[in-house]
Amino acid sequence: MSETKIIDACNTYCPGPLMELISYMKQAEVGDILELLSTDEGTAGDVPEWVNKIGHEMVSSEKVGEIWHIKVRKTK
Amino acid sequence: MSRKINIVCVSGTHEKLQMAAMFASVAIATGDTVTVFFSMNALTYFIKGNTTSVPTEGEFGKLLSQKGVPPFKQLFQQAHELGDAELLPCSMAIDLLKITKDDLDPEFGPPTGLTHFLSHSEGGDLLTF
Repeated sequence: MSETKIIDACNTYCPGPLMELISYMKQAEVGDILELLSTDEGTAGDVPEWVNKIGHEMVSSEKVGEIWHIKVRKTK
Repeated sequence: MSRKINIVCVSGTHEKLQMAAMFASVAIATGDTVTVFFSMNALTYFIKGNTTSVPTEGEFGKLLSQKGVPPFKQLFQQAHELGDAELLPCSMAIDLLKITKDDLDPEFGPPTGLTHFLSHSEGGDLLTF
């Protein structure tokens, strides 16, 4: 059964949040959703770019207060 | 399409090592092949047990020491662990420093000469820091 895992990368700077996401992605199962929390503005642009290039699926990306919530589904 | 990114690190300043490490880790993350060649002042920070603080070039370098900025050594290590980035020490620098490969952090590959590195990096992008 797929899970949603929250990765709190708030208060870390580029490329910290992306690298955190990738580390967890390696351990996740196909179908799992990873929700990355980040206060780094660049991450909001970089993560979808990375997801698109690698071929995972962007589920959603929204800023709540000062924190970006970026959800990605592992597809392979 | 996967690119071949070759990075040369010679400077021992925080700003340059940080930027090189950022390129290496992000390039690996996006599926590129990465080789990093370390020489001169850059190599000394990867000698086991070296706790010397890295000097900055300017004001921005001081910002890099704050909490939340991933340390450059950690980024190079992640590039190696996540995507097999090759971290190669310059054989000339190894000789002048009178050290061996075993004196370097375990992620490092074999001492490499310029001829081999140039041949290895042929056809790829070359970034120098």
